[in-house]
Amino acid sequence: MSIASGYLPILIMIVLGIILAGLFSCIGLFLGPKLRGEVKEKPFESGFIRDGMEGQRYDVKFYMTALVFLIFDVEVIFLYPWAVQIRELGWFGFIASSVFLGILILGLAYDWKKGALEWE
Amino acid sequence: MDFLLEIIMTPAILACLKIAVIILLFAMPLGTLLTLMERKWSAMIQDRVGPNRANIGKFTGNGLLHIAADGLKSIFKEDTIPKGANGFLYLIAPFFGLIAAVAIFAIIPIAGPIGNFTFQVTDVNPGLLFIFAITSLNVYGAVLAGTSSNSKFALLGGTRASAQMISYEVFMGLALMGIFMVYGTTRVSGIVNGQNEYWFGNLVPMWGIFTQPLGFILFFTALVAETKRAPFDAPEGESEIVAGYFLEYSGMRWSAFMLAEYVSLVGVAALMTTLFFGGYHVPWLHLWENAPQWIVTILQILKFTFFTVVFCWFQIQLRWTVPKFRFDQTMGLGWKKLLPLSLVNIIVTALVILTLA
Repeated sequence: MSIASGYLPILIMIVLGIILAGLFSCIGLFLGPKLRGEVKEKPFESGFIRDGMEGQRYDVKFYMTALVFLIFDVEVIFLYPWAVQIRELGWFGFIASSVFLGILILGLAYDWKKGALEWE
Repeated sequence: MDFLLEIIMTPAILACLKIAVIILLFAMPLGTLLTLMERKWSAMIQDRVGPNRANIGKFTGNGLLHIAADGLKSIFKEDTIPKGANGFLYLIAPFFGLIAAVAIFAIIPIAGPIGNFTFQVTDVNPGLLFIFAITSLNVYGAVLAGTSSNSKFALLGGTRASAQMISYEVFMGLALMGIFMVYGTTRVSGIVNGQNEYWFGNLVPMWGIFTQPLGFILFFTALVAETKRAPFDAPEGESEIVAGYFLEYSGMRWSAFMLAEYVSLVGVAALMTTLFFGGYHVPWLHLWENAPQWIVTILQILKFTFFTVVFCWFQIQLRWTVPKFRFDQTMGLGWKKLLPLSLVNIIVTALVILTLA
């Protein structure tokens, strides 16, 4: 099996997922009732009177988490080749990755100290 | 006849057939059954009877008809879009969850190969890296549903879901690195065959749970958090933000989110079986010499299905047993405990492998 044809089934699978979700999304449009009204179209917020979404802000913690995630996830990718080839690379590979992991752990410690991981 | 066989054996058609079998005969029925099983099991835990009223004449099937009743009900529900919602994003949000849930099954083998024929849709080289890629699609579904609904609760649920899912994605990758080290590959067939080896003569199979006990716990925790099921259900916390990011959805669109949740529950169970419980390999079966191929294959399918069902049950049991975490506790657990633990797991695994090598 060539490399490209190995990925063909995955494409078929994704298309299947799209068809399935499309079916689910459309079926209600044809079979469901259509009784619209002002109250019904209001977003549900437990019956509180809405003051709109204007000025809605996210907490800065979410941005911090996204940044920390970006750094860690990208760095983790570099560890995969070593993990798969660990026996071939031997102790030299281990020391090299330890340095890399050490920097990663230093970064984690820094984030921790700075309070980027606090959610109270 | 030969001509027909030739058409069927072309890779694309064969792949379509396998996909049809694994999705329509395995994942979907199990997922739909789980919706009822969850209600029944939670009823049992809470000392109730659970759903048992839906009937055709006298026949109720002890609640089995509720599956059909639920489906029919949501088909005929009105499809509402809240005022001020971003229509396009609102419409495409349910797609991501279902695509991710379905695509996981592309690389999971349910039985050993017979000659050239494999019981696996495709065995791509990146293997599990593909799983990581596809599960991160889930984040888009949650974020788009949350931000496009024009509802504060949905927005809160969406942001919480995105923060939680990307946090647990980091050490989901780290937790599996031990498995990559032990079996020396990211290819699923390689990992499954690696688990067919034995320690101490023929005593203990080299299953993932024995070679990577800590990795097993970490990866399972990460997957449960990734599917946003209790105890990590702060993004959907019923008691605070009603349903979280899919609060505004109704009818079949809502069902799409629910189906995605239950199919990915089956996916998680199948993945855990494949990676940590020997996949389809029946332990000690090689001691039975000259076993007929068809018996072996049937045993393998049964073993795989059994472990998958057990893991589905375990996730349901977990949801109704453990109290849920507050959101800050979820994030604290992920970044401050599980992430350092998975780093330690990697270093210890590397040291052990290199010392023994």
